[in-house]
Amino acid sequence: MDQLLTEIVGKYNYWLYVVLMMIGFYAMIGKRNLVKKLLGMNIFQTAIILFYVSTGVKRGGQIPILDKHAALSHGVDASQIINPLPHVLMLTAIVVSVSVTGVALAILVRIYREYGTLEEDEILEKIRS
Amino acid sequence: MTATNLHLYVMVAPLLSAFAVNLLGRRSRNWIAPLALGALSFSTLGALLTLQRVLQHGGYRYTVGNWQPPYGIELVIDPLSALMLLLISAVALVATVGALKSVEQELPGREHLFFTLYMILVAGLLGLVMTGDAFNLYVLLEITSITTYGLIAMGRGRAPLASFNYIIMGSIGACFYLLGAGYLYILTGTLNMADIASILPGLQGHAAIATAFGFMMVGLWVKMAFFPLHNWLPNAYSLAPTGAGIMIAPLMTKVTVYLMIRVMFSIFAPEYTFFAHPGVQAGIVWVASLAILCASALALAQRNLRRMLTYILVAEVGYMVGGVWLANSTGMTGAVLHIVNDALMTLCLFLAAAAIVYRTGSLDFDHLRGLYRRMPLTMAAFTVGAFSMIGVPPTCGFFSKWYLILGAVEAGHWEFVVALLLSSLVNAVLFFRIIEIAYFKVNPQPSGDGLLAGEAPLWLLTPLLTAAIALLAVGIGSGPLVNQVIRLALPPGLAP
Repeated sequence: MDQLLTEIVGKYNYWLYVVLMMIGFYAMIGKRNLVKKLLGMNIFQTAIILFYVSTGVKRGGQIPILDKHAALSHGVDASQIINPLPHVLMLTAIVVSVSVTGVALAILVRIYREYGTLEEDEILEKIRS
Repeated sequence: MTATNLHLYVMVAPLLSAFAVNLLGRRSRNWIAPLALGALSFSTLGALLTLQRVLQHGGYRYTVGNWQPPYGIELVIDPLSALMLLLISAVALVATVGALKSVEQELPGREHLFFTLYMILVAGLLGLVMTGDAFNLYVLLEITSITTYGLIAMGRGRAPLASFNYIIMGSIGACFYLLGAGYLYILTGTLNMADIASILPGLQGHAAIATAFGFMMVGLWVKMAFFPLHNWLPNAYSLAPTGAGIMIAPLMTKVTVYLMIRVMFSIFAPEYTFFAHPGVQAGIVWVASLAILCASALALAQRNLRRMLTYILVAEVGYMVGGVWLANSTGMTGAVLHIVNDALMTLCLFLAAAAIVYRTGSLDFDHLRGLYRRMPLTMAAFTVGAFSMIGVPPTCGFFSKWYLILGAVEAGHWEFVVALLLSSLVNAVLFFRIIEIAYFKVNPQPSGDGLLAGEAPLWLLTPLLTAAIALLAVGIGSGPLVNQVIRLALPPGLAP
């Protein structure tokens, strides 16, 4: 039990993302409202973005903006600077996630115009009748 | 333009023409056909030259913008990706000819929007098969997916709802893939596929590798609609505008199967993929067999031609995934050959469906009566496609199925053999039922529009007949194709 607790506390950031991801996943699968599904998808994507970003963190690390002269004369100590690559990657992932959300919202507008509701059950009922 | 970066132009041509189509097509729709067809003809020619070069001189790697790997993005042109480049550009070219006419009828006034998305989708697919970077693959996968969501949502009636379900499922798939890539990044500190592959063997036995592999596989399976994860596909593909279906159905699932091969063999090694966790390989072949059987059974229950075809598509994904996971080179040959063949067969059948729906307005089985008399050429091409799906010898469908069955026997996976044979039988039932309705049942009283229905217009008939001839040509040329191209394209390290 103690070991499990230290494991959770030691890597609390990862556990946080797992919890976030599962909340998003539940909303995507379990909710019947289409907007809630979309929000769940956003939470899911955000969890993964945070997961990536946290992999670049170093304890006591500085932001990766270097003074040219200092870097040239003393070199760079990699342990003092956080890894910027995951942040850059996630910039792209955020763009992807925003555009998916945009397309999804546009489609939701069309669904609403067609059926007058965004509740999945009511839409299915209207399709059947 | 030099030969070394020809493959880049293959991808850039549709991308640039997408913008041109949007700007000029807004003014007059006469611009759309020359721009789209011109760009795709150029791509097809370029892909042909690239393939020829790769076959003569071997594969090569290309660094974009001279950022050296592993930091920069690398493009990998090996025989397999060159073959896929040619397949995608050629299928897209033929499909576009048909789509032009069909979109003109279904989406009047919105053609430039449709073809903007369409050309970006082609560019995304071409980029996907070239990339040698795990993160770049994710971005391109989403480019193709987002354009597909848009194209599907342009359909009528329930199409937006189907598209929304596809967005939810597709995003889950893409996120799983991204998560897997993240695990690999944490383990190796790089995203270049070749670089990851060189570092991974030193970490063998790490549980995180298995997790990464699992996430990536499940993500791609969702995207390719591998059986238990296939729910989004039938609605999305059957409700999409006909013109979109012609292109999306033959290419999307096939390219995703190619990506699975890439991940399995370019990032992970065959020894890891197949043998590190005993039982996984056999289990996936079982699931693939189940996928083929269930999807075929579901296809039997459909009363609409296009919906039936989408379920057959799901079964075909089972063929290819199973063939890859047989873990021998015969099965792998069958799977790669089936990627080519299935793209052509699906193209032929969806074009035939588009031609029928163009004239009669419906694909319900009851509306197909007497079609052989009214549209003889269309139905002849449809019959060739149907025979290829069943696996009748001179058509290409027979040869890939033959390799798949041989591979399954070699690996001792009898359940896969049974599934393949049963599914061929079901396909025979499915298609002969349609042929019977269309040939023998005559419309007792042709309705008003039924009288008008003659042969499809030339713009739909030409690509359809081209596809049907390609089915026969690839079937007859299977031997040289396998020996001179696909054998070179097989990933190294497979059991012979």
